[in-house]
Parts: sequence; structure tokens; C-alpha cells
Amino acid sequence: MVLNALRGLRATTPAPANSRPVDGDVLLETVGLTKSYAGADRELPVLSGIDLQVRAGEVVALLGKSGSGKSTLLRCLAGLVPASSGTVAYKGTPLTGANPGTAMVFQTFALLPWLTVQQNVELGLEAKGVGAAERADAARQAIDLIGLDGFESAYPKELSGGMRQRVGFARALVVEPDVLMMDEPFSALDVLTAENLRGELMELWESGQFPTRAIVLVTHNIEEAVLMADRIVVLGARPYGTIREVFEVGLDRPRDRDSAAFEDLIDRVYRTMTGRQKEGRTPGRAEAPEAVELEKRTPANTPLPTASVDGIAGLAEMIAHRDGRADLADLADDLGLEVDDVLPLVDALDLLGFARVHGDDLLLTDTGTAFAGADVQRSKTIFAAAAQHAPLVRLIVSSLRQNPDGTLRAGFFRDVLAHHFTSEQVARQLETATDWGRYAELYSYDAEPQEYRLDDSDADSVHGG
Amino acid sequence: MSFRTDTQHPERAARTPLTGRLSQFSWVDAAVAAAVLVLLYAVLRVGQGTTVAFSTHDNVKVDTDPSQLPYDAARSLLRMFVALALSVAFTFGYAYAAAKSRRLERILIPALDILQSVPVLGFLTVAVTGFIALFPGSMLGLECASIFAIFTSQAWNMTFGFYYSLTSLPRELDELSRSFGFTRWMRFWKVEVPAGMIGLVWNGMMSFGGGWFFLVASEAISVNNQQYALPGVGSYAGAAITDGDLGRVGWAILTMAVMVIGVNFLFWRPLTAWAEKFKNEQSEATEVQRSVVLDFLRRSHWPQLLGRVLRPVGRGLGRAGRLLGTDDRPLTVDPARRRTGDVVFTLVAGGLILWGLTDLGRYLYDRTGLGVFGEPLLLGLATLTRVLILVALATVVWVPIGVKIGFSPRLTRIAQPVVQVLASFPANFLFPLAVWFFLKTGLSINIGGTLLMALGAQWYILFNSIAGAMAIPTDLREAMDDLGVVGWQRWKRLIIPGIFPSYVTGGITASGGAWNASIVSEVVTFGGTTLTATGLGAYIAKATESGDYPHLIAGVAVMSLYVVGLNRLLWRRLYRLAEARYSL
Repeated sequence: MVLNALRGLRATTPAPANSRPVDGDVLLETVGLTKSYAGADRELPVLSGIDLQVRAGEVVALLGKSGSGKSTLLRCLAGLVPASSGTVAYKGTPLTGANPGTAMVFQTFALLPWLTVQQNVELGLEAKGVGAAERADAARQAIDLIGLDGFESAYPKELSGGMRQRVGFARALVVEPDVLMMDEPFSALDVLTAENLRGELMELWESGQFPTRAIVLVTHNIEEAVLMADRIVVLGARPYGTIREVFEVGLDRPRDRDSAAFEDLIDRVYRTMTGRQKEGRTPGRAEAPEAVELEKRTPANTPLPTASVDGIAGLAEMIAHRDGRADLADLADDLGLEVDDVLPLVDALDLLGFARVHGDDLLLTDTGTAFAGADVQRSKTIFAAAAQHAPLVRLIVSSLRQNPDGTLRAGFFRDVLAHHFTSEQVARQLETATDWGRYAELYSYDAEPQEYRLDDSDADSVHGG
Repeated sequence: MSFRTDTQHPERAARTPLTGRLSQFSWVDAAVAAAVLVLLYAVLRVGQGTTVAFSTHDNVKVDTDPSQLPYDAARSLLRMFVALALSVAFTFGYAYAAAKSRRLERILIPALDILQSVPVLGFLTVAVTGFIALFPGSMLGLECASIFAIFTSQAWNMTFGFYYSLTSLPRELDELSRSFGFTRWMRFWKVEVPAGMIGLVWNGMMSFGGGWFFLVASEAISVNNQQYALPGVGSYAGAAITDGDLGRVGWAILTMAVMVIGVNFLFWRPLTAWAEKFKNEQSEATEVQRSVVLDFLRRSHWPQLLGRVLRPVGRGLGRAGRLLGTDDRPLTVDPARRRTGDVVFTLVAGGLILWGLTDLGRYLYDRTGLGVFGEPLLLGLATLTRVLILVALATVVWVPIGVKIGFSPRLTRIAQPVVQVLASFPANFLFPLAVWFFLKTGLSINIGGTLLMALGAQWYILFNSIAGAMAIPTDLREAMDDLGVVGWQRWKRLIIPGIFPSYVTGGITASGGAWNASIVSEVVTFGGTTLTATGLGAYIAKATESGDYPHLIAGVAVMSLYVVGLNRLLWRRLYRLAEARYSL
């Protein structure tokens, strides 16, 4: 048996006969983990109060939108990023450096292009000081195990994406880490390749021959999480990364994605992800609570979703074609898009009052329907009115109006936002606000002096009145 | 498909080469072996000459018999390559220290920025006296001084490039190294050096090209009213110039051209082609560097054989390198300890600098008074004017030509290698011809000096204009054609914005080169006639010759000030503008 041979080569970890024991040892544990980055005048948290255990024998999926801190959490667990407070422990010992019991599989593969497949796979063993002949043998067996035999002397750039990620897996598995850390390992692959590789990996995990004792998977793909994980940890992005909900996946493997239980779980996770699972309101009643909420919206508590006007209009039109109602999961599936791509658009439609999320469905409002059907000039007018619902756009417009000459440096808004967001987030927010305001002809932005200026027609009305 | 669990032929893939092939030794292998042998012999033979005894009282006489040229050329080449090796070693050490230590970084990087602006030739005197004192009675001292001059012209650029690649290492490679517990040794040689290899090779090639100039300038110099000469092409040419023998100067120029082209063909082309494998891109590139020499070497069996011999050595070094520790970063840093360290470091570094400054100030004050800076400051304006005129002239002349070449793939193929050679050809070699021309036509050296400075510096502008024009996408040009945008409008809307970033790079290099060149082009000699221009370059040259250290220090310091000032006030701003507005 290959795995036995593989294990025999490295006597450091005496492995049990079945490599997937259900002893439930706690391998990784975080207590009160908080991670923050330096902001303008205070620390800005990206993760807060994370209590998480990873036990032997389980696959844990960390699921969340971009900006929810899921990748940061994985890196904290791997000992690559220090926690700001709280502890991360491996087998009960708090980490002081890189976690000795984990090995990482990267989204972008992170293969060294100047080394062959064989040399890439050997890296981890070489780092541990395993002798040349021994590590060559072990690497060859891992390469065979992962379906790469014949490619040993190839260079990464000669391989397809799927084959490259196999190298990534072989490289991590050959060191037999206790926990395999996977950072969106399939998201850079095309759909079919990802499906195939995912299937093979889970088959191997199920067969009990997997050389690691647990898997932590970071993903933004809900279906992937439900297919692979025993436990799904959903991280919420607002106000910063916290564990929003944990789903135990009791489904038998291999999982049947057409089964009712599977679909039901996907829908439940979807609802948690869109953050409206507890509201369950009907579109008719939705206006009232929203209107109250509208008053409380500030650029700090309601950041602009990263969505372009074109994307917003496109999605609105698409829902209009479906008679103003679409199931979110189906919609994303039909478009072949990931949650990451669709959710910002959904958030934008919601923020602008063009659509409401009801259960699993997205419903177009009256303004939304008008927006979707309007010609260019008309849609600009509708959008201009709707954009006032976006706090940052509103802030820019009102600040410009208060200024006698109707101009303000971008730095002003950057400073205002810097109290609440990292500089990267600030840049993204302003970019979106610029795009929306320009389209709505509320204000223009001049990149050279980095200045916002009220649009002429608007300025006239201010001076006139 | 499922995971395969059979291992029919585990050793199938790795064990094929060599065993059955040693018998098939081809003529290619023989040729490579012979070439290596000849090279080794040449290095030994030529190297012996470097330790020959000499006395500073000897009257230096360089033999200008053309049959001496091959030996002289070999000596010059050896100097160039020793300097290159030193530059690489310096690059690794300095850039690594700056990239790894937060505290050292704060001193090393600004220091490098200044060093880059210091006119190398101004310090040759100090180097010569220092090294001669280090190796009394041996040629080795002079040899070291010359190598030092070449080194200082190469090292800064390469170090900056490598430092940048170290600090901009892709995040996932850093995480790979730490997650898999690489040793520091492994990280350096398997991740960091390969990741920076392309930049290192190309920077090395450019710097090497610039180094010829300093080779020529440093082989024959007079310091403290004492003539020194090392066997080499530069001193050969120097002697021929003194004799006013144009024919022998021609031989020297020919030798120089052969050397420049030969090194390019035999060394840099193969190296750049080999460095292709370090490209960190995920697909096969369409345009790749090719080299006949590299293809030839790869066809022979030597690389494999050599690999077999060297691999155990590499493994041994790797094992020894484990002593340097694992690539890991402590997750927690004690802020109090960190601050204490910072304070101690700042105090020690600041104290040292202050002490040096006061010492220097006192030295200057005792010798000449601090008014010594006045004259060079004034003279600097003259040289500054020359530099600016040069850049403006070169722009007007070469940018249109460069754009023309860059827009035509056929012309580019022919012109680019030629310009590359012209750029590395040491312009100071051609000075005698120019002086001969000045004497004939009665052109003032005050104007001619600008032309001499331009001889070397202009190529950077041409070279970068070509590169900039090539980078303008064809569809943009087609769109302009389609819209009927021609003439000045085309220049204003497409060409000037398109080549701007490239042009700025060329302009920085050209102006830096011109300042350095002013030291040798404001004072020129041909066959007993010496022409001297008014300028900071001439001031430094004079101070060098008479061994007048206070004036030399003042001159070099002021010139550095001018270079830094020009960079900050003009080029940096243009650079930022280019990055913000005109990057394609």
C-alpha cells in the first residue's frame, strides 16, 4: 500500500492503521481570537471574538464573502499572521511562529516556476532535512497518489491549472501535516476541473488513506462547502468578521447534490450569507422598516458594496426578464457566477431600493422595475434619486453643496472614512461612490487634483436657490 | 479518474539520463570542454600579471605595439568580470541586510540613493592611494583600485534592483516558505534569488555596459602628479592618445568593439536566455530570449555531468545552511524591547554620523576654510547647463528617430542590438577623435564638452524611446490612423504620452551618466594639447591630478548635491507623473 510505504519512510509520525481516526482530538483551537490592522486613528478589526476548534477527523469549511476575514483566520491558524489578541493553539500549545502541524494549499498554487514538479513536491521534506534519496521516493509516491505520474520532470508552466493544483496538493500531503489548510484551492480553476479535483480529493479522504487528520477549507462557494465539509463556519463581514453561524453537515458521502436535504442546507446557508435569515419579511412590508433604517444609515455602518453601475443595471434587467423575481442560488448558478460576484450586486440593488431580498428570492421593487426598463437618460434620473439612499454618495453631495465653490478634495472624504475602514477599503468605497455619482451626474471627479465637483446643472440650482 | 494507488515504476522517470549516454560523446561536448580549458588557461595566464611587482618611482611606459592588444584586452576583461563578481556578492549581502532588518533598512537605502549620485571618478584618487598603501610594491593595489572603480559603477544599480525584488516577493511565496518551514538558506537560494534573477541579470548586463567607461577611465590615471598605468585596452589607448598616434587609437577602438560585442554574444545573451526559466508567469511566453551559445551548451552533455558533480555539493551546503536557522517570524514582539532597540540603534548610528561630519568639517576648516564650497557651487551651474542642453538636444534628435525605429518591427530588430552595443561602448575612447576635430575646427571646449558628454549619454534616450514606442499597442496606432490623427496632434495625443514613462527612465540615466562623464570630458588631452572647459568636472579633474583632497571632497560633494537635486526636483516628479497618468 502506497500510504503505508509513504509513512514508513518518515518514521517521525507513527500513524495509526486508519489515517482518519474519529478520536476527535482537538488539533487546532482559537480562543477569543481578534485580528486588527492599523487604521487612521485606531485599530480596525477584521476578525473578532473567534472561538473555533478543529478536531481530528473532520473537514471544516470557513465560508464568507470577501472581506469577512476568512483567509486571515486561516493564516492565523497556520501561524503565518499574528493574532492581535486571544490565542491560537496547536494540540494545546500556543503558537509562537509558523504552525508545525499544518501545510497550506494556495489559491494561486504558489509553485516555484523554476523547479520541476518533483522538486516542488520535495520542498517540504527538504526543509525538514530528509535525505535526498528518501525524499525523492516519498515525493514520487505522493505524485503517483495524486495522479501526476508522468509529470515529474515537467515545469509548472507546462501544466494546466488542474494539474498545477495537484502539485500543490502533493506538495502539502507529502509532509503529512496533521491539518491540511486549503485557501480557496479550486477557485482559480474552471468549473469542470474544479469539480473533478474536488471529487477525487473527497474520495481519498473518505477512503481513510488521507495522510492528514483534518482539513480546513476556506471558500466563498456555498455548494463547495456543503459538498466537502462536516462543519460549515459562516463568517459575517459587518461590522467585522465574527462567526455568524455554524452548520453541522450530517449528510452521507458521497453527497447527492440533487437530494432535498442538500438543497435545503444550501438555501439555509445562502440565507445566512445574505444576512437576512431572521427577518423573513414580505416585499409589501419591507418599505416601512427600511425607511426608518434609512435615517440611521451612515457611511460607517453601511459601506457601499463594490458594484459597478453596469453590473447593477444588468442584474436588474435580468430579474425584470424573469418577471421581477429570481431565486438567488438559481440565478448565480445560471450565470455561472460565484457568490462573491453576485452578492455585491444584490447588496447594491437592496441599498438603492431597486430590489428586496425575500427568503431565497430577490424581488424587484417598482423603482427597480422602472430603472430596468428605462432608456439611458431616464435611468440616470432614477439612479440619481436612488443613489441618495447610499450614505457615502449622500455625504459627498451634501458636503459639496455646503462648499461655496462646490468642490472638495478626495482627501477630505478619505480622512472621514479612514476612521472606520482600512486604506484599501477606503479606496474601494470612494471608487464606487465616484462611479455612481458620475453616472447619476450628481458630481464629477477630476483625477489630477483629486477633486470632487458638483455637476454644473446641480451647482446652478444651488447658487440660484 | 481516481487517485492511483499502484506504483508500478516508481523509478522510471528519474533514472534515465546519462548511464547509457556517456559513450555518445559528440563534437559538441568536445568543443565545450576545449573552450572551458582555454578559458581557465587564459585566466591563469592573465591573472599572473596582476601580482607583478612595481615601484611608484618607475616611469610608466605602456607598450603600444598592436600585438600587445590581445593580452591587454584579456587583462581588461578579467578586471570587468572580477568587478562583476564582487558586485553580485555585494548585492546579495547589502540588499539582504536592507530587506531583512527594519533598522538597517532605514540607513542602507537612503545611503544607496546617495552613493548612486556620487560621481565615481571623483573618488578614484582616494581609491588608488588607499589600495596602493594596502599592497605596497605590487600591481595588485592599482588593480584593486581599477576594479573598485568599475565595481562602484555597477553595484548600486544591481543592489537596488535586488532589494526591490526581495521586498516585493509575492505574498504566497513568502507564505509557502514559512508554512513549509524552509530554512533561511533554502528561502534565499530557492525562492528569493530565483525570483529576483531576471532583474539581476538584466541589471547586471546594463551595469556591465556602463562599466566599460570606468574601466577605460581607471586604467591610466594620474594621481598626485604621479602617472599610473595598468596593462589594458584603456591604458593602451591612453598611451596612443598621448603619442597622438591615430592609427593605434583605431586599433584600440576596434579591440574595444570586439570585446563589447563578444562579451554580449558569449556571456550576456546566453545568460538572459537562461534566465527565462525564472519568469514567474503561469504560461509559456510568446516572445522569448534566444541564444545560439546557450542552445549549443544545452545540446552538449556537460550541463548534466556538471549537475551530477555539483548536486552533492549543493546538498552539503544546504545541510550546512540549516545552521542559519528556519525561516520563521515570531508572532509576538515585545514592544518595549523593540523600542529600546530602536533608540539604541538610532543613538549609535546618529552618533557615528555626527562624529564623522564634525571630523570632516574640522578637516576642511583647518585646511581651506569652509568657503571651499563656493567655487564648485558656481562651477556646477556651468556643468548643469551643459547637462540640461545635452538632454534637450538628445531628446530633440533621438526621440523622433527612436519612435520611427520602435514603430517598425523590422528596423527594431536591426537597430536594437546595435544601439545596445553603442550604449556600452565607452565614449571616452572616442574623445581623442573629437579633440582632433575641435582643434581642426577651432570649436571651443566649453561647447565641445557638451558634445563629449553626449557621446555616451545620448544612447540611453534613444534606447528608451525605441522601447517606449514598441510598447504602444498597435490597435491604438490603428485607431489614430482610422481617425486621421496625424502630425503634431498625433505626437501630442498618442506618441508623447505613450513613450513618456520610458523616456523618463532614459532621461534619468542619461543625465546621471552626463554628470559622471563631465569629469573626463571637461578636460581632454590629445598629443600634448590639453583643452580645459569651465565647469565642475574640470574642477574635480584638476583636484584629482594634484592630489588636493579638500578641493576634491568639496567638488565631489557639490556634484552629488547637484545630481540629487536634479533628480528630486525634475526627474522624480516626471517619474511620478508618468506612473500616475501615462502608464499603458
